[in-house]
Amino acid sequence: MSDIAERVKKIVVEHLGVEEAKVQENASFVDDLGADSLDTVELVMAFEEEFGVEIPDDAAEKILTVKDAIDFIKANS
Amino acid sequence: MFDLSARRALVTGATGGIGEAIARALHARGASLVITGRREEVLAKLAAELGDRVQVVVADLAEPDAAERLMKEAEAAGPVDVLVNNAGITRDMLAMRMKDEDWSAVIETNLSAVFRLSRAGLKGMMKRRHGRIINIGSVVGATGNAGQANYAAAKAGLVGMTKALAAELGSRGITVNCVAPGFIDTAMTQKLDEKQRDSLLGRIPAGRLGAGADIAAAVVYLASDEAAYVTGQTLHVNGGMAMI
Ligand SMILES: NC(=O)c1ccc[n+]([C@@H]2O[C@H](COP(=O)([O-])OP(=O)(O)OC[C@H]3O[C@@H](n4cnc5c(N)ncnc54)[C@H](OP(=O)(O)O)[C@@H]3O)[C@@H](O)[C@H]2O)c1
Repeated sequence: MSDIAERVKKIVVEHLGVEEAKVQENASFVDDLGADSLDTVELVMAFEEEFGVEIPDDAAEKILTVKDAIDFIKANS
Repeated sequence: MFDLSARRALVTGATGGIGEAIARALHARGASLVITGRREEVLAKLAAELGDRVQVVVADLAEPDAAERLMKEAEAAGPVDVLVNNAGITRDMLAMRMKDEDWSAVIETNLSAVFRLSRAGLKGMMKRRHGRIINIGSVVGATGNAGQANYAAAKAGLVGMTKALAAELGSRGITVNCVAPGFIDTAMTQKLDEKQRDSLLGRIPAGRLGAGADIAAAVVYLASDEAAYVTGQTLHVNGGMAMI
């Protein structure tokens, strides 16, 4: 399970070019990690690819923090 | 300059006068192609003539799910780096006589299908951090024209969509532009009678109708790496008939 968290964080670090230490579970992509709206779309695409899950638009809208992403993927993969 | 040998381009309406010229010009610059239209034999003939580096996909873009399927098939065989939205129709008629069906058929094919195909292609372009979307508009989208309320609206709509997409995607190395032809000698303008053609010619400083190759050259430029800093623009190619 923690493996999912690690992989999610790795994707966030790679896509947003932020320091790993900043990618805490409660960190908000937009407010804390400097993502713009296009970045959040790309993150969702990257999660879909990495974990082979489909993240529908209404679910994607609710993925605001690192933890939201981890929880969604845990529940759906 | 304008070397496209690392690029793969999808051209809609490649069975038509302008689309065929665009396909030939991109191919001559080294691009791989996906050519599409509704008439399979015409596509097959063009593909055979061009030789290597050509994929044919038949699609009727008026069908709502056609764009998605077309892009999927094209991308299954390789990336689509350049998307040329060229397919288009006219249903000319005075507004008072224009039926809802004539209005929506033109909006659907000339505007909505362009949006759908662009949307389908964006994912790959975003991932690759590179892309070119080139929409074929019309001088009529800027000037208006009697008998073409539907067509002018669709082509003006393309300009707005082009600018919105350019703003959204500029940070990802994707440019989105329009090429707006004036009057080009193709099946579309051969519908005009002699009188209409003569009166048109009188308004074109270059003194001739344009050729498909005139439009294709503008498309090659916008598809190239050299045009990386040009986005959200409309390039008018019209022999001077409207200077805007
Ligand atoms: N000719 C001009 O003077 C002129 C001026 C300004 C702008 N334009 C624009 O330039 C573009 C090309 O025009 P053209 O002069 O080359 O016209 P054309 O020779 O009549 O070709 C039109 C093309 O669009 C395709 N097309 C139409 N409806 C389609 C559909 N539902 N699904 C898929 N493909 C469809 C046709 O494919 P199939 O026949 O295989 O279905 C054909 O390849 C159009 O967007 C037009 O508005 C032309």
